[in-house]
Amino acid sequence: MIEKALKGNRSYWAWIAFLIACIGLGLNAWAYQLEHGLGVTGMGRDISWGLYIAQFTFLVGVAASAVMVVLPYYLHNRKEFGKIVIVGEFLAVSAAVMCMLFILADLGKPQRVLNVLRYPTPNSMVFWDVVVLNGYLLLNLIGGWTVLGAERKGIAPPKWVKPLIYLSIPWAFSIHTVTAFLYAGMPGRHLWLTAVLAPRFLASAFAAGTAILILISFILKTTSGFDAGTEVRKKLTVIAAYAGIANFFLLGMEFFTAFYSNVPAHMHSLQYLYFGLHGQAQFVPWMWLSLVVGLGAVAVLLVPSLRSRTSWLIAACSGLVVSIWIDKGVGLIIGGFNPTPFEHIVRYAPTVTEISVALGIWAIGLLLLTMLLKVAVAVKTDS
Amino acid sequence: MKHDRREFLKKAGFGALAGFGALAGVIPGLALEKTDAAAFSQKPEQGKTRWGMLIDTRACTEGCSRRVAACHHVHNVPDFGDPKNEVKWIWKSSYQEAFPTAPHQFPSRAVAEREVLTLCNHCAESPCTRACPTQATFNRRDGIVAMDYHRCIGCRFCMVACPYGSRSFNWLDPRPAIKEYYREYPTRERGVVEKCNFCSERLVKGLPPACVEACPENAITFGDLNDPGSLIRRMLSDNETMQRKPELGTLPSVFYII
Repeated sequence: MIEKALKGNRSYWAWIAFLIACIGLGLNAWAYQLEHGLGVTGMGRDISWGLYIAQFTFLVGVAASAVMVVLPYYLHNRKEFGKIVIVGEFLAVSAAVMCMLFILADLGKPQRVLNVLRYPTPNSMVFWDVVVLNGYLLLNLIGGWTVLGAERKGIAPPKWVKPLIYLSIPWAFSIHTVTAFLYAGMPGRHLWLTAVLAPRFLASAFAAGTAILILISFILKTTSGFDAGTEVRKKLTVIAAYAGIANFFLLGMEFFTAFYSNVPAHMHSLQYLYFGLHGQAQFVPWMWLSLVVGLGAVAVLLVPSLRSRTSWLIAACSGLVVSIWIDKGVGLIIGGFNPTPFEHIVRYAPTVTEISVALGIWAIGLLLLTMLLKVAVAVKTDS
Repeated sequence: MKHDRREFLKKAGFGALAGFGALAGVIPGLALEKTDAAAFSQKPEQGKTRWGMLIDTRACTEGCSRRVAACHHVHNVPDFGDPKNEVKWIWKSSYQEAFPTAPHQFPSRAVAEREVLTLCNHCAESPCTRACPTQATFNRRDGIVAMDYHRCIGCRFCMVACPYGSRSFNWLDPRPAIKEYYREYPTRERGVVEKCNFCSERLVKGLPPACVEACPENAITFGDLNDPGSLIRRMLSDNETMQRKPELGTLPSVFYII
């Protein structure tokens, strides 16, 4: 079946070549980082996680969002999701692979990564995250590939695959909940020490991930003529809109709790991110951009006359993705470290090496996604 | 696994130096590091020691720098000269930095200007050991929070978990940044986390921690917190003392007299 990914027109191969070039750039940067240590990144003693862990967090959400098409199709038998469900599963596979690569890139001793399995430590949330992420990757890969393979042969999928697909539904919630627990259990990091972190992670994931699925469906329609259908896009638009509302509602809860209680430790990180603290306001423009673009996108998704127009829908989905990427990929991590345990504000800016490694990993994920979707589209359009 | 590990520590008393097998061959003394309270405390109770430290900040004058230098020398702590890649085991902080949740509105002049030595608190309820995915950082039976530099994967979860900023990561190769190599303690590699080890390698030889020894004002008392008769316990009951961020429930083993 994989041979279907090896047949394509000129623009397909140009896109593949572009991704491979980006991967080369990333590998080169990673080799440089391995040679000199993580000191070549913008991270340091105070901001000890940065771009890599931020991308990881965002992408776990993208992976989890596959459940927003798997659940209606398999659990509620909504036929209109039939064409997009494989796209969601393969998006989850690619996102999960990127997550693991971002973790690997972030390790000081990547050659020792298997220590996590050699010395299983259930009290560490990282152990559980490794378990659930790998499990989720396998569930989606096996589920998606098997059903697609059966479709190619024109037969019904084997019976054993259904339980795996059903299992992937709660599993999707687990990956992002455990990822939130990585942060939410840390004493003294007040931005993260909140019970709504996991719910907010899920809400933002289902908003951004669903928006990405809508965008992918448009890309597939344009490049390959494979149309997932207007009906399913309408449903996904509703999901993205309400997940987006839930996300901003929960953000509002954070603001109320911090600022009405007036407890300095609870306010400091939010003050730093949105208004600036101790004269430092590095991320204030970013956070307001995230807020304005995100709320604007949700508004567009809620107005029927706007969301029914393709250009508005694409703009709103892109806006939602950008908004949540900034919020989760920039604000959450750096805001968690500022102020530091000594009440300092420390600046963080990723280096060129760091950005190149991140670009390389995104390119690997996109290459994998491109090839998987190429196979899926070929099977779907042949049959 | 956990049981085996505990047995191992019990028998070999290897503790913080677990994994330095190669070095143990070079320096025989290290192979025998036994975290035996008898080596230091006057009243040993095997298996129930909890090492602790009491720092009398009133006595601290410029001597602080000497303690920092002594510690960093005997542990081969590199000096990169910039805060981003900095590695430190013990350092000076202002009162406000060390105790950000203590009242600061109208501090006395003495307190406002006070410098405080900050280091790993060797918490009894340590968030760092809870977060570590490989047990590379772990609680020894004598209360010391130790590091196995050979098992650490460099994920820096312990740094995120520590609410005291006590942990450092080797962002770059530390060896070129060590001014004067000290032969009795191993250097580390790039890519692992390190921090104060309460001088477990000195305790085993019956020596006090390097910072305690280097302090000209005798401002640091070191001893067994579980022994009601120890000097540190008597001083704790005779003085008003503070721990850093007690509201987090980490139960630090480092105490301060302000």
